[in-house]
Amino acid sequence: MSRTIFDKIWDQHRIKQMPGGADLILIDRVLLHERTGGVALKSLIERGRAVLAPERAFAVMDHIVDTFPGRTDRTTMPTGTDFIRATREAARITGIRLFDLDDPAQGIVHVISPELGIVLPGTTLICPDSHTCSQGALGALAWGIGSTEAEHALATSTLRVNRPKTMRVRIDGRLASGVTAKDLALALLGRFGVGGGAGHVVEYAGSAVEALDIEGRLTLCNMATEFGAFSAIIAPDEAIFAYLEGRPFAPSGACWGAAVRAWRELSSDEDAAFDTELAFDAAGVAPMVSWGTSPQLVVPIDGAVPDPTDPGPGSIESRTRALAYMDLAPGTKLAGLPVDAAFIGSCTNSRLSDLRRAAAILEGRKVAPGVKAICVPGSTRVKRQAEAEGLHEVFLEAGFEWRESGCSMCFFAGGESFGAHERVISSTNRNFESRQGPGTRTHIASPETVAASAVAGVIADPREAVR
Amino acid sequence: MEPFTTLTAVAAPLLRDNIDTDAIIPSREMRTVSKKGLAAGLFSGWRYAAIGSRDPDPDFVLNDPAYAGAQILVTGANFGCGSSREHAVWALAEYGFRAIIAPSFNPIFRGNCVANGVVPAVLPGSLVEKMAAGLAAGPGRTLTVDLVAQRIDGPAQESHRFQIDPESRDALLAGADPIDQTLRLIRDIRAFIDVDRKTRSWAYPKG
Ligand code: SF4
Repeated sequence: MSRTIFDKIWDQHRIKQMPGGADLILIDRVLLHERTGGVALKSLIERGRAVLAPERAFAVMDHIVDTFPGRTDRTTMPTGTDFIRATREAARITGIRLFDLDDPAQGIVHVISPELGIVLPGTTLICPDSHTCSQGALGALAWGIGSTEAEHALATSTLRVNRPKTMRVRIDGRLASGVTAKDLALALLGRFGVGGGAGHVVEYAGSAVEALDIEGRLTLCNMATEFGAFSAIIAPDEAIFAYLEGRPFAPSGACWGAAVRAWRELSSDEDAAFDTELAFDAAGVAPMVSWGTSPQLVVPIDGAVPDPTDPGPGSIESRTRALAYMDLAPGTKLAGLPVDAAFIGSCTNSRLSDLRRAAAILEGRKVAPGVKAICVPGSTRVKRQAEAEGLHEVFLEAGFEWRESGCSMCFFAGGESFGAHERVISSTNRNFESRQGPGTRTHIASPETVAASAVAGVIADPREAVR
Repeated sequence: MEPFTTLTAVAAPLLRDNIDTDAIIPSREMRTVSKKGLAAGLFSGWRYAAIGSRDPDPDFVLNDPAYAGAQILVTGANFGCGSSREHAVWALAEYGFRAIIAPSFNPIFRGNCVANGVVPAVLPGSLVEKMAAGLAAGPGRTLTVDLVAQRIDGPAQESHRFQIDPESRDALLAGADPIDQTLRLIRDIRAFIDVDRKTRSWAYPKG
């Protein structure tokens, strides 16, 4: 029988079928962070349970740690220190590897997992975090769950899961210059909506996907949760294998050869049937920017805010509400809209290539007066690499803050924020009401759009800023 | 976890699409490494007059005394999208909600509901809209969620079959702890791993 990549991984991990119809699935990797993972570990300990396979579980501090230079356990989030210390203590008791604040491997969980070779093609990986789907970019079946299910996976190395449906999104055509994986992800959301992938594992395929570098693939898969999908996956290729070779937790020696042989089998069979197939042309995609409070409310950067009564994703009521929250009127051009702040960071867009592309725009330029601009590298390793290349000087000279790595103001934890009614151009993945702080108005876009807008002081087309 | 069979209770309408977990419980309200003490933060961005205050905003549905004691929430599509934080369900459950009726749920949120004994009941959007309108017209009306028959009954003799996957339904009816249940299969799991470790040695880091 012909099978998709998903089917191959699923079948290999299926221990048995449960009476209710769900499958008991072997989980190869459990990742945790201090915001939702600490509580899972704590609950496990309180109930006197042990982690079945501590060598396959990892924890990291990323969500509420401070990103100011010289950070300690103290953080701007009230009671944040409790989360950090509780997670550290729980990791110690359960014997799982923790990437603590000062660990050179620390960073946003979905950034460090590929960097360290924790996620591998053909593995199952879970984390109590919705953007776990990012890691499907390496050909793993990686998905987000809640804390109770994380506890289940820690205690039993399994989860009970209803087999999701399969979808292939075939993306052909070439992305135009200045247009990135982020724009592609936003364009897909604009076209198919936040429910477009509901119930499915989405396999991204086609020439435009194959042409993406690994970091671009991570960006594309990152936003599968915004698409409502169970997860996303991309067939691993030689570029992935080369990327993984020699990483600290990747297989080595004789195991390496066996791994690559197994990974080469991980593509959907020629005639494999998907429950749903979508097609999309990458050639027509422009740099995208969101105007509303749901990531499906996007337009090309030279577009205007639509009339909520025109046909569009979601209900008229929700689009009207979004306009009011964002303080925008139909017909307003996005390009040229004044911004108060610019943010480059998050598991969507804070890897080395993102920072390089943003720096190329910032070089020799200054952030517009009055714009608060912040760059938060996705991991300590990314930060060090960027510094070795001198990128930090470009950011600093342009007027950006240069931070320690973490989730930072991708979301508001109760500490630092941009402030009510501030308009922020942001390389993050969510523009929900108050996502970046109470009353904050977020426009999501690519890192180059953020950089170009920071310099212009208004939302700006990055293609005009590229030299 | 308390088994769920059938529940007749006041139902509150909150008909907005895409209510995300940060709206259900803002991160700033998650103050301790605990599953408890979250009810006061439920919908806090909407429920209170200002950020940080605890003065009720009279326009918010749950602040209408007619909905005091509501245990059923009737809401819009893609409910529970966004962050995977289970605190959203812990807050809803601690507040008293035991069933949520919506045209669709975010998958992680739906799993979190089941893990905490809250029924995620799916009905077509047009029915949910009608139901919410009926509830808004008569604040304090009750609905019955019958998980055994998989039906929701309203005050005007209407009765609708809702969708829920069989695994979740069984888990909610039994009220059993899923971790304990799975741990009963630990020999099967270990045996599977022993075989798998031989075929996929590369997937097992040296501990
Ligand atoms: S960077 Fe943002 S989206 Fe990514 S894991 Fe952190 S908080 Fe979540």
